[in-house]
Amino acid sequence: MHALIEADRLSKRFGKVQALSELTLTLPAGQPVAILGPNGAGKTTFIRMVATLIEPDSGTLCVDGHDVVRDPMGVRRMIGLAGQSAAVEETMTGRENLVMVARLYGQSTAVAKASATRILEQMELVDAADRYVRTYSGGMRRRLDLGASLVGSPRLLLLDEPTTGLDPGSRNEVWDGVRAMSRAGTDILLTTQYLDEADHLAAHIVIVDGGRVIAQGTPGELKSRVGADMVELHTADVPTMQRAAAVLGGLGMGEPAVDPATRRCSLPVPGGAKLLPVIVRALDEARVPMEDIALRRPTLDEVFLALTGRAAPTTNAGDSEEDDAA
Amino acid sequence: MTMDLTIDTNQAASPLALNRGAPYAVAAGQVALRTLKKFVRTPALIIAGTAQGVLFLLIFRYVFGGAVAHTGALSYVDFLVPGFVVTGVLFQGMGAASGVADDCQGGLFDRLRSLPIRMLSVITGRVSADSVLVAWGVVVMTVVGFAVGFRVGGSAADALAALGLTVLYGFAFVWMFIFMGLSAGSPQAAQGLSFLVFPLSFVSSAYVPVSTMPGWMRAFATNQPMTQMVNTVRALTGGPAAERLLGHSVSYFLIPSLWWTIGLVVVFAPLAAWKLGRS
Repeated sequence: MHALIEADRLSKRFGKVQALSELTLTLPAGQPVAILGPNGAGKTTFIRMVATLIEPDSGTLCVDGHDVVRDPMGVRRMIGLAGQSAAVEETMTGRENLVMVARLYGQSTAVAKASATRILEQMELVDAADRYVRTYSGGMRRRLDLGASLVGSPRLLLLDEPTTGLDPGSRNEVWDGVRAMSRAGTDILLTTQYLDEADHLAAHIVIVDGGRVIAQGTPGELKSRVGADMVELHTADVPTMQRAAAVLGGLGMGEPAVDPATRRCSLPVPGGAKLLPVIVRALDEARVPMEDIALRRPTLDEVFLALTGRAAPTTNAGDSEEDDAA
Repeated sequence: MTMDLTIDTNQAASPLALNRGAPYAVAAGQVALRTLKKFVRTPALIIAGTAQGVLFLLIFRYVFGGAVAHTGALSYVDFLVPGFVVTGVLFQGMGAASGVADDCQGGLFDRLRSLPIRMLSVITGRVSADSVLVAWGVVVMTVVGFAVGFRVGGSAADALAALGLTVLYGFAFVWMFIFMGLSAGSPQAAQGLSFLVFPLSFVSSAYVPVSTMPGWMRAFATNQPMTQMVNTVRALTGGPAAERLLGHSVSYFLIPSLWWTIGLVVVFAPLAAWKLGRS
């Protein structure tokens, strides 16, 4: 049995930008996968290559055994794609949009109508089904677009930044939709620059940076990659936080990370449970009052920072135009 | 028996059926239907386009018309309307370019390219729909032309042939505009590229006789496709007076016009399919 996706030394250059740099990746079927990375990491280029929209300069990419360059039709017969912008027609109703895509997948008129009705129910768009899309909210459009990518019952669903630019409520609606598809047995490959999204939707996370894979595994495995547990303490004000950071720094275990906005500082500590009393005593001796101190596993943010040397974008509010060249 | 087993195994291996993809004509039809629905359901597009056409026709007919000489035995309105209607296909075609660029930017073409259908069917659908829109524009402008005093000087059959040829020329130019739209990247850029319709329409025999243009410009104006196409239609609708003014019979203009028509399609159809395949 071959893998669902097999990428071997994939490279792609757009002008001066090396979007993919010998990216090698094998993904088995049967689990939702998130490609996580910052802007320009190559995520969108990769997923567009899987969707047969762009060809690699070198290297090979097979989707369920079909080479994307030699047999793009073989790939297209089994995928559904929802790109970064909702590719739905404003001047058609939700139902008309779905029927059109279903007809293009090769369904007869009767089957296409039935598929459209099924998707409208699944995406909870029944009430708006016969309204023009130009009256839809952003979240409704995105759900319709997701639905259009599902209307052909694809084996593999490709979602390129499915929630970028959506408000939190709409984002949750899309997440629910994606989880429902995953439970129904559709394989999902999505890109995201949001750690929480990858954590919520994917069983397997691939971290991409600079056009190559820098780490992959389950969210738990990735968190273990950073190794140590984290001591995190919370103070009442910023000066106290700085004093606490100085005490932590004086323990000889490295410099703590500080976040003035939430007045927290944190430090990775190997064998944290044993060291916690030592840290508490040192803070007590220095007379640094704490609101709260806790020992915890590292977050994906910290994993990302440790692996790339850069902080990951964590809010879902900003817009992104990743891989514009693609 | 063995055969049955093989089929069973295949079905077990893929619980979800694979999509066959729509046949060529169905795919083209769906794409065309969508473009036409978009046009019909956007009243602003129809009103703005028609109003602009009518306005320019009135300006040429009544503001400039009186000052234009050198149209011989042909009255200016009978000279102008064929030119106006034929060059109108260019202005209608600009809409196709920005529409296609809009589809690229909006992600629709990404979806279409990820489906198991032939790219040429997508283009065929788009071209069919845009040709229908061009034909609609030609009919509207012709009606307005009659309203401002245009009359046919030849036979009704010739006039109908002129109408058909105008739509055919429009169809040929649509391929060019589709290619431009695919190349432009954004509707604004497509609009910018489309400005080449201005030299094509104004530096031609469409609105004024080329005889008063400076020599170098007249050389371009006489030989470019618009002039050939306009003169074909003018000779067909203007009758003997037009042929006397133009100095040649219909076939003198018809043959190069048809070559241009074929040339536009032969050059831009593969270019557009290639561009869509890799954009």
